[in-house]
Amino acid sequence: MKKLLSFVLKIWRQKNNKEKGKFYTYKVYDVSPNSSFLEMLDLLNNQIINNSKKETPIAFDHDCREGICGMCSLYINGRAHGKENLTTTCQLYMRRFYNINTIYIEPWRAKPFPIIKDLIVDRSSFDRIIMSGGFISVNTLGKTIDGNMIPISKENADKAFDSAVCIGCGACVAACKNRSAMLFVAAKISQFILLPQGKIERKQRVLNMVKKMDEEGFGNCTNTKSCEIECPKGISTENISLMNKEYIQSFI
Amino acid sequence: MIYNNFISKIPNGSLNDQWKNHKSTLKLVSPNNRSKLDIIIIGSGLSGGSAAATLAELGYKIKIFCYQDSPRRAHSVAAQGGINASKNYQGDNDSVDQLFYDTIKGGDYRSRESNVYRLSEISSNIIDQCVAQGVPFARDYSGYLENRSFGGTKVSRTFYAKGQTGQQLLLACYSAMSRQIGKGRIKMYTRHEMLDIVIIDGKARGIIARNLINGEIERHSSHAVIIASGGYGNVFFLSTNAMGSNSTAIWKVHKRGGYFANPCYTQIHPTCIPIHGNYQSKLTLMSESLRNDGRIWVPKKIEDALLIRNGNKIPKDIQEIERDYYLERRYPSFGNLVPRDVASRAAKERCDKGFGVVNNETKEGVFLDFTTYIKQYGKEKTNELGIHNSNEKTIQKLGKKGLKDKYGNLFHMYEKITNENPYETPMKIYPAVHYTMGGIWVDYNLMSTIPGCYVIGEANFSDHGANRLGASALMQGLADGYFIIPYTIADYLSEYIGKNNKKISIKHENFENSEKKVKNKIKKLLLNNGNISPDFFHKKLGNIMWKYVGMSRNENGLLKAIKDIQKLRNNFWKNIYIPGIDGFNSELEKAIRIADFLELGELISMDALKRKESCGSHFREEYKTKEGEALRDDINYKYVSVWEYNKGKPISEEIFHKESLIFNFSKLQFRSYK
Repeated sequence: MKKLLSFVLKIWRQKNNKEKGKFYTYKVYDVSPNSSFLEMLDLLNNQIINNSKKETPIAFDHDCREGICGMCSLYINGRAHGKENLTTTCQLYMRRFYNINTIYIEPWRAKPFPIIKDLIVDRSSFDRIIMSGGFISVNTLGKTIDGNMIPISKENADKAFDSAVCIGCGACVAACKNRSAMLFVAAKISQFILLPQGKIERKQRVLNMVKKMDEEGFGNCTNTKSCEIECPKGISTENISLMNKEYIQSFI
Repeated sequence: MIYNNFISKIPNGSLNDQWKNHKSTLKLVSPNNRSKLDIIIIGSGLSGGSAAATLAELGYKIKIFCYQDSPRRAHSVAAQGGINASKNYQGDNDSVDQLFYDTIKGGDYRSRESNVYRLSEISSNIIDQCVAQGVPFARDYSGYLENRSFGGTKVSRTFYAKGQTGQQLLLACYSAMSRQIGKGRIKMYTRHEMLDIVIIDGKARGIIARNLINGEIERHSSHAVIIASGGYGNVFFLSTNAMGSNSTAIWKVHKRGGYFANPCYTQIHPTCIPIHGNYQSKLTLMSESLRNDGRIWVPKKIEDALLIRNGNKIPKDIQEIERDYYLERRYPSFGNLVPRDVASRAAKERCDKGFGVVNNETKEGVFLDFTTYIKQYGKEKTNELGIHNSNEKTIQKLGKKGLKDKYGNLFHMYEKITNENPYETPMKIYPAVHYTMGGIWVDYNLMSTIPGCYVIGEANFSDHGANRLGASALMQGLADGYFIIPYTIADYLSEYIGKNNKKISIKHENFENSEKKVKNKIKKLLLNNGNISPDFFHKKLGNIMWKYVGMSRNENGLLKAIKDIQKLRNNFWKNIYIPGIDGFNSELEKAIRIADFLELGELISMDALKRKESCGSHFREEYKTKEGEALRDDINYKYVSVWEYNKGKPISEEIFHKESLIFNFSKLQFRSYK
């Protein structure tokens, strides 16, 4: 059995979007190095529940705990999803914190992501961007042609896939000094322009999505690439270049 | 209109005519009338999302509810391997009949013939539809769709997008749905949970939902309700399901008169990452597709297993001749690609005998080894690239690259969790609770025994029998949502056109009563003067379920499970403690769900006790062949077990019904994969 760990946690707590929040300090004991970051928070919450009837557990978002649903968030020691690359918070393991004593935990901070409670933010602005054009307008009753009638080169299919893997977690926004959502939007735009099915609506799509993104209050890209570094799915900023090109071309 | 509750409505005629003929008898709702009809959908995964998109496309008014912050988070997103379709693109003699046969046999002849046939027929449409929506399926170099193979089949019919097929399919139907939300045809309620179904004049006419942000209880009325809330595997606490997956929606339907079918059929998936310790909150799956290229083994000698567990030997130290590739040994014709239930039991058998390779409390785990693939593929690739005199290093490098291209994200995920590099050392895997084949009983139209309440996807029972083959869950979810429910629900809704089209007021006394009931329960939970947290009860329930109602079951164990669950449930209502107040409160959310699991768990055990045979995932130790294989009893148990809640009585007094399974077209055979 490996040695169990203990940590000092500085956690942002905020009742709701109207009241001010602040950091609270907690100590958590007996953390297995093999447990995930969220399992460590589970443990802390259980310690809170068992120790005092006055304090409420810490609210945080999570669901699949397999790194794919995009529900978990958390700013950990100043980094979105923690300092490890290509990782969501649920796939971050406490063995990585072996030599660290104090951990700061904050919610995503961006105006278009208002805080709901403690570490939970409202990311529905992302959904609204998709509603504005993140789709191919095909009737879903199945009266389409055979899938093999639309051949797609392997290179393009693979590239489209690489763009399509975005899980919509919002780390790109949280990591960006401008609070830009361009990596998120660009990934969807690229996926569809790489596929023949998506080309018909390409102009309208990019115009609508960019407009919506601005309306929601996201900032612009100034090419610092911190989104790319923090993206748990490794989505490249090349997508942003592609989107910019697409955006300009849509006026021609 | 009178609905006779418990009739399966299987159409007449031969299998390949049934769906076609049936559709021609279904009534229609004209386009100008559809916007006058409201439909509520619970759950926004593959089945709920696709149903919402298509029904809105047709013009109906939709309200859809999910407990997550966005429909894109539904747990369908985590499905990895792929989706089946009988396209025969690979020319390996696949056909609708072959997919039908594999599915019926895979389910151990405990599913409905006509439903399965319809699923096989529709499967091809799904792929075309998803391609049109821009799903980036894997393609070969000529630009055509690529396929791979899954357990329980001898053809390659699985379409995939690397190891994230579920994500890509879900995002496509989420996008289609978003388009309709944008048009205003769908109203999306995120962070909402359905806590009761409202029945008026014997029909489903609405729901009571809780807003998870502010705790408000809301009433929503409609002409029909579709439940698409997924499976109930979290009754076992540790499972591959998302943390929030729950049985509350289907359990409320059950308590209000929806019959529950085959609750005991729980699929145990053979390739999960083994349990590490008692702090663990969930289990993670490694796609079954890995079994295409991975070989499963344990040491032949028990001493070697011991040395590996203690860290004194590594897999490489075990010579080829000292390894037991037990699936290839026992099932030469299917080998590592036997169906999930067979592979799971075989792993358990080896570990029970002491050959497990993982140093956890239970010594459970087997190797999934890619060495052979790396060598073969690497060699092939050097030939292809014209590298002569290739050395071992080049072969290894190219072989590993091949693995990365195919399964990169899975290998990455494995390394994150276990801290071991699966390119260098074999993965360790063990079976875990995955998918539930049981669910709410539905007829051929996917309607439950409550008129106007439809149940689709994993939440219903009809298509997978006692065992689901890999890559079939996505297929069923999308078939139900995109292509079946839009036809069948119109037949029911057509009755509401004309003078019948009266909207139900949410002030109706049944709404009043349902809301009161929900509020009282929440109050009771919040004010209870106990001192034990919800998680404690969930873990305890999970322990009982896994120990006695897990991969193998016997009479004494099941009797004990029923007693233990009853005791635990009493303890729960006496000693539960929920911190905080009504409003945003995740402990309260958990407690509401656990209260339902504590009842469902008992029903699962009762069903397992009653079924005195072994079939698919349901393995009763008393009923097995000499070789330890499942022994079905077609004379006495060729039926769907259907449970009716006895109003006001304890779960132990539920009423038992049978739906006889009629096999007109397939011959019931002993299920052999040897």
